[in-house]
Amino acid sequence: LIEVARRGVEAALGAGASDAEAYAAEDRGREVRAHAGEVESLTAATKRGIGIRVWVGTRAGYAYDTDLSEAGIAALGARAVELARVADEDEFAGPPVPVRLSPEMRGKGAPELSDASVAAWSTADVAELTLAVERGTLAADERVVAVEQAVYADSAETVAIASSTGIDGEYERSSAHAYVQALAEGEGSRETGFGFGLGRGPDSLDPVAIGAEGAERAASMVGAGKPASRSCSVVLDPTVAASFVAIIGRGLAASTVQRGRSPFAGRLGKGVAADAFVLHDDGLDPAGPSSAPFDGEGVACRRTTLIEGGSLDAYLYDTYTARRDETDSTGSAGRSGYRSQPSVGPSNLVVATGALSFDELLGEAGDGVFITDVAGLHSGVNPVSGAFSVGASGRAIRGGELVEPLREFTIASDLLSMLGAVRACGAEPRWVPFGAPVSTPPLLIAEMTVAGS
Amino acid sequence: VSDGDRLIDTDVAGRVLTRALAHGGDFAEVFAERSDGLTMAIDESRVESVQAGGGEGAGVRVVSGGTTYFAHVDGLDPTDLERAASEAAVALRSKRIAPRQLESVLSAPHPIEQPPGQVPAERKADLLRALDERGRTTGSEIAQFTSSYAEVRRQVTVANSEGLFTGDDRTRVRIGAQAVARRGDAVETGAETLGGHRGFELLEGDPGEIAESAARKALVLLDAGPAPAGSTTVVVGGGFGGVLFHEMTGHGLEADHVQKGASVYADRLGEQVAEPLLTAYDDGNMPGEWGSDAIDDEGTPTQQTMLIEEGRLTSFLYDRLTAKRDSVPSTGNGRRESFRHLPVPRMTNTYIAPGDVAPEAMIADVERGFYAASFGGGQVDPATGDFVFGVSEGYLIEAGKVTRPCRGATLVGNCLDALAAIDVVGDDFEMKTGVCGKAGQKVPVGTGQGHVRIRALTVGGTEV
Repeated sequence: LIEVARRGVEAALGAGASDAEAYAAEDRGREVRAHAGEVESLTAATKRGIGIRVWVGTRAGYAYDTDLSEAGIAALGARAVELARVADEDEFAGPPVPVRLSPEMRGKGAPELSDASVAAWSTADVAELTLAVERGTLAADERVVAVEQAVYADSAETVAIASSTGIDGEYERSSAHAYVQALAEGEGSRETGFGFGLGRGPDSLDPVAIGAEGAERAASMVGAGKPASRSCSVVLDPTVAASFVAIIGRGLAASTVQRGRSPFAGRLGKGVAADAFVLHDDGLDPAGPSSAPFDGEGVACRRTTLIEGGSLDAYLYDTYTARRDETDSTGSAGRSGYRSQPSVGPSNLVVATGALSFDELLGEAGDGVFITDVAGLHSGVNPVSGAFSVGASGRAIRGGELVEPLREFTIASDLLSMLGAVRACGAEPRWVPFGAPVSTPPLLIAEMTVAGS
Repeated sequence: VSDGDRLIDTDVAGRVLTRALAHGGDFAEVFAERSDGLTMAIDESRVESVQAGGGEGAGVRVVSGGTTYFAHVDGLDPTDLERAASEAAVALRSKRIAPRQLESVLSAPHPIEQPPGQVPAERKADLLRALDERGRTTGSEIAQFTSSYAEVRRQVTVANSEGLFTGDDRTRVRIGAQAVARRGDAVETGAETLGGHRGFELLEGDPGEIAESAARKALVLLDAGPAPAGSTTVVVGGGFGGVLFHEMTGHGLEADHVQKGASVYADRLGEQVAEPLLTAYDDGNMPGEWGSDAIDDEGTPTQQTMLIEEGRLTSFLYDRLTAKRDSVPSTGNGRRESFRHLPVPRMTNTYIAPGDVAPEAMIADVERGFYAASFGGGQVDPATGDFVFGVSEGYLIEAGKVTRPCRGATLVGNCLDALAAIDVVGDDFEMKTGVCGKAGQKVPVGTGQGHVRIRALTVGGTEV
């Protein structure tokens, strides 16, 4: 595949680009959807394509296509050059250059990213795993009346990047995940619950645990009512904490900071969180779904301390934003495939664990709300100011114990106030793949507005 | 043919379908697609992110009993297509079935006056510069302004084992504007879009109006106070206010949710679910609208479907598979993001038909309430009916008048209760564009309505 990428670079240079970068990707994937004891759909996917980024002086252009033939790539390179001429000049625009890692990071090395079980498990095997997730859900709690859907998906991808500035690399990576949406009924109400698991291959998925989580989340909500509107302490379950951390990660991207669209702009070196909250971006975490030897523009991935000791230590940079701030890329050019240009963002966000067990965390909260689900994040969070008000459901906490289920309410605060109010972190982290991948324990927030009845 | 050139010919389509049914199956289909798009943006008054993307490929599915086998491949090479068909059929073990002879059916693609691909890219860059100028000069407190332009042409060809061979040629253009206003520590945002299943002619009027509108929304919010928290009367604005109906009712009427019992509307066909003043439709054939197509992604012509007639639930939204299960015809709602996805029942343009009350009159009756003029988006769990909406532009209603703006409000509620609580429908009407996500697939949808009043709904704000 690297040959395809190299050809892309040559095509663009031949068409008049002063510099060029090509990203080629190939992907084979499967997906199984099960419902009511039967396989509902079984998908086999083959994807491949190339995206060429060019610079004509300080103007940049991008073009992608599925056509990897020699003629196709030549036409694509010429198209990208033609588009670059439409863009305005930008003094910071330019191709990525290889960045040398510190000896410590070089020693760390890229983790193993491919799992043999993706290839070893037949389609019948993964279909059986999907059905086992559904069975596990139904068996876990008698209040579970149905499973809306149980889904398994895996993929094995190859990514290659080459540039006119000496970037030249290729890697393979596999992934697998499964999830279930359970329906529980009782006390005249119907509730849904989501359970999931992820890893590099089907070997690392536990269908019984995934089913049990979906069942538990649905069944525990049966009979839910609205909480009274008030300000109180809340405990965020890891899936909810991860959703907020992913938004915080985007706010730490230098692109949003430089353009004045981040609540973290102008706060480097200043206090932004309680001491209890420590955050890293780690593109080399062995278990991180987004781990890779290099980022979306070929720059080596690494670990970056973002928030520690309460203060903001760093932003995340790609080549363009690093040039603008006269610093080095942190290997944070994200890329969702050949159909998109790289953009700055977190790789894997890791929230440091604390010392408290979940029960101790509830004890610390005393009276409040345990939030198990949030909805409407894309519309309910203002990414510029950090203010948010989102739909939520969960359980009441009284005297340090989980009591009645709650739904149809909102929680509101702003990201900086929330970070400042983190009182404690749980001891057990979990990987959550919503938005950017995040590993986080449950978090205790001292105060947030809860709006219900 | 009038509906664009077929991406694959009858011979190839026939061979692929034959291969797909080589080991049995009740139904087979090949969906081929070619897409070409261009996007660009302006940020910090600089035209950037100029990007063109193309691609072609096909998806082959075989339906056998309750199971769908699907394989998709990039590129339209006949050998790859036949291989995809074999991959789709690989798990089947029955006897060969012969597909019916293909018969070409012409669709009626929505006319495009000025194909955007023929308009020089430089003109689009100039358009963005004009939007930028307009947005930035709307007020001195506009600190940031960005704008985007997107065009895409999707040609599709559908062939199935029942002999259908048809296609469509779809062009969409959309522009968007986002403004950030700043006064001291206060930072507010505003956004507006304009889009259609149309060519460059969409932008003939005054496209700069969206830039001004986005900027105004952000400026207004600089004066905003905290939103109230609690239950109150809510007046929802026209146009994108229709996203409320889209989320709280539309999704629950999609037949896949219904058939799994995962919809609060599952057993309510024919029942009164709203006041008699409410009538609503889904219409995939509205000329030039963002959610329109000539045919859906299974080759069924799009149509107007009455969903609620004077408060009574009259129809669900069907694709082929779910329609067959209920022994009804498809309503032309089998849509997919691309050839890489299976079709599922999806809304097209969904709207509440205009009523007979002027917006000012429905507000004049409200002693204390909340006016949700525009939303940032929303989300619903069709199984429970719980929904949530982010209000991007909201105001208090006090003594029958719209008063101070509020920031950070969210509406939460349950569909059945909220739909039944709509007590006034306005006589104004507007359609807006949205991008709807379901089952990991995004499709363009239109939402519409006039002003609508809901007797009681929970507003989630920060002021307890």
